[in-house]
Amino acid sequence: MVQTFNGLQLGVMLFLMAAGLTLVLGIMDFVNLAHGSLLMVGAYVASTITGWTGSFLLGLAAALPAAFLAGVLLEVAVLRHFYDRGHLEQVLATFGLILFFNEAVRLIWGPAALFFDPPSALRGQVEILPGAPYPAFRLAIIVVGLAVALALYLVIARTRVGMRIRAGASNRDIAQALGLDIGRLFAVVFGAGAALAGLAGVILGPITNVEPGMGDPVLILAFVVIIIGGIGSVRGAFAAALLVGLVDTLGRAFLPILLRLVLNPSNADAAGPALASMLIYLLMAAILFFRPHGLFPARTG
Amino acid sequence: MRRGTGFGIAIAGVLAATATAVALPAAAQEKLKIGFITTLSGPQGVIGKHMKDSLDLAMEHLGGKVGGLETEVVIGDDQQKPDVGLDVANKMLKSDRVQFVTGVIWSNVLMAIVGPVTRETFLLSSNAGPSPLAGKECHENFFAVSWQNDQTPEAMGKYMSEAGVSDVYAIAPNYQAGKDMLTGFKRTFKGKVVEEMYVKLGQQDYQTELTQVRAANPKAVFVFLPGGMGINFLKQYEQAGLRQQFPLYNVYTTDGTTLPAVKEAALGVRSTQTWVATLANPVNRRYVEDFRKKFNYIPSFYGAQTYDTFMLLDAALKKAGGKISDKKAIREALRTVEAPNTRGSLKFNTNHFPIQNFYLQEVVQDTEGNFTLQVKGVVFSAHGDAYAKDCKMAP
Repeated sequence: MVQTFNGLQLGVMLFLMAAGLTLVLGIMDFVNLAHGSLLMVGAYVASTITGWTGSFLLGLAAALPAAFLAGVLLEVAVLRHFYDRGHLEQVLATFGLILFFNEAVRLIWGPAALFFDPPSALRGQVEILPGAPYPAFRLAIIVVGLAVALALYLVIARTRVGMRIRAGASNRDIAQALGLDIGRLFAVVFGAGAALAGLAGVILGPITNVEPGMGDPVLILAFVVIIIGGIGSVRGAFAAALLVGLVDTLGRAFLPILLRLVLNPSNADAAGPALASMLIYLLMAAILFFRPHGLFPARTG
Repeated sequence: MRRGTGFGIAIAGVLAATATAVALPAAAQEKLKIGFITTLSGPQGVIGKHMKDSLDLAMEHLGGKVGGLETEVVIGDDQQKPDVGLDVANKMLKSDRVQFVTGVIWSNVLMAIVGPVTRETFLLSSNAGPSPLAGKECHENFFAVSWQNDQTPEAMGKYMSEAGVSDVYAIAPNYQAGKDMLTGFKRTFKGKVVEEMYVKLGQQDYQTELTQVRAANPKAVFVFLPGGMGINFLKQYEQAGLRQQFPLYNVYTTDGTTLPAVKEAALGVRSTQTWVATLANPVNRRYVEDFRKKFNYIPSFYGAQTYDTFMLLDAALKKAGGKISDKKAIREALRTVEAPNTRGSLKFNTNHFPIQNFYLQEVVQDTEGNFTLQVKGVVFSAHGDAYAKDCKMAP
């Protein structure tokens, strides 16, 4: 039961990353490997400001615009020139950006990991079930993540901007032919995606350490999420993020125990952890086998 | 990734100035090239920094000359990846033509490079000590200046048994060293290991495992989570409120690379180690004092072992008469020489792994406010590893 909460927490965390990524890939047809670097920027800015002021909220307030700005700058300065090129070149360019960001962070902040605490109000534990205390900060992550998901849903389903985003995601050329300013839409979407990644960085910071390259492992999971969910679909990203979060967590927790029932203990101990870390990729392969375009494909035709 | 040009020039200058004074013709001087593999990039880069700073200090203490020879050190970054480590080692052997390869933090990187390196020359590990190389696959050209992986957790297992801990939940990463550590721990721990949880190497979030710990309700928790993994784990252990409930014991998790980030969350946690900054032997006192003066932080065991590696190399080369080409004499000298050592005592076993003391240490806050480790006692004195008997080394 508590593991379900853990899965949920990992899921919403992944959703924050995947939401921006899926829109960028869906609308702009652009593979942005540097998305994890924006998470890192958010975490580093939050950690620095929190360190200076002693206030987590100020850190958060500074990190979101910083990540947004970094995203927009990145889009205007570099990525914009790669929209018309092939995916391979986009991957190469954004991979280069990862190296650039990691080294830049190392130059500014040094190679050692930084450390910042969650706000004091969220430092304790909350008893979610009798005898099962749960860290308050992780509970807050779940709440924030679900709130962001709801807000995104409302924006995309109910507002004019959302309508344009949906139009852009489902068929870019026709949306453009109908007079949609795709260039401006791109910048807004990219900035918003960056801010969400920054938010992910801020809430990841107090849990894990803030260090160069911290966004890269999350990025890989986020790609799995958007592929399972269907590229360009925020709804799909949400469902897939929760699915991946739960499968990964429950797999790590219970697969070794389950394997012990069918294999002898030493084989089970060897196979369990290996299989558990493969589980989400197996899930991805299985889903793609039955639904090649993911759970909720956004694009038509 | 290569430093040494500056060094080379400086040393050349010193040589030119002193050559006539010592009346040693420069042509008779052999040039020594030492490869040093560590991890400088990525989350574990901080360990590489500790090692590189110690290497600089060792070279300074040796006056820029290892074994009295003009020395160039080639530094390589393995990025904590075995394949990258292998490329780095091959480049050192083929194009830099180094005569010694040293360093190496990770057991999986060491296992990848040990074959190609020992076929051509000497490999001196400054950290990793995987079990296969201590037993059946031991090699006359391989020396572990650090320890054998199993040994330090063996000391922890012994201490915890004596402290009356009856059952324990164990966590380690799923790779060679992680397996060695739990094997060593189980060899001496008399109580019950309720669960051996293997996590992914480099894992960041341990909430899943911590929930399992709480459900298993053990008397204590034992972990081996080096570097950044340890920082994350210790922080999350505190956040989950497990510290008061389940006492934490570890090897290679609370150390000089992790404590500056973890701070109070690790206060009072106990571990075992072959070296502690507060050991009072003269070599160690000089090393720690000069290190803190030069780099302004407290060194870690990674650094001390690097320092010891270069002191050993220096002493062995001098004993062998400074002839790099005489592999047999150098091997014999490495085996038997008494080199200055930050750990006080260190002798090689028949498998070229050390026989040495293991100390119990505890995280304390010193008078300047630093979080650091203090010796609490000796768990093993002159302790050898369990694999030496399987090593049939060609004489």
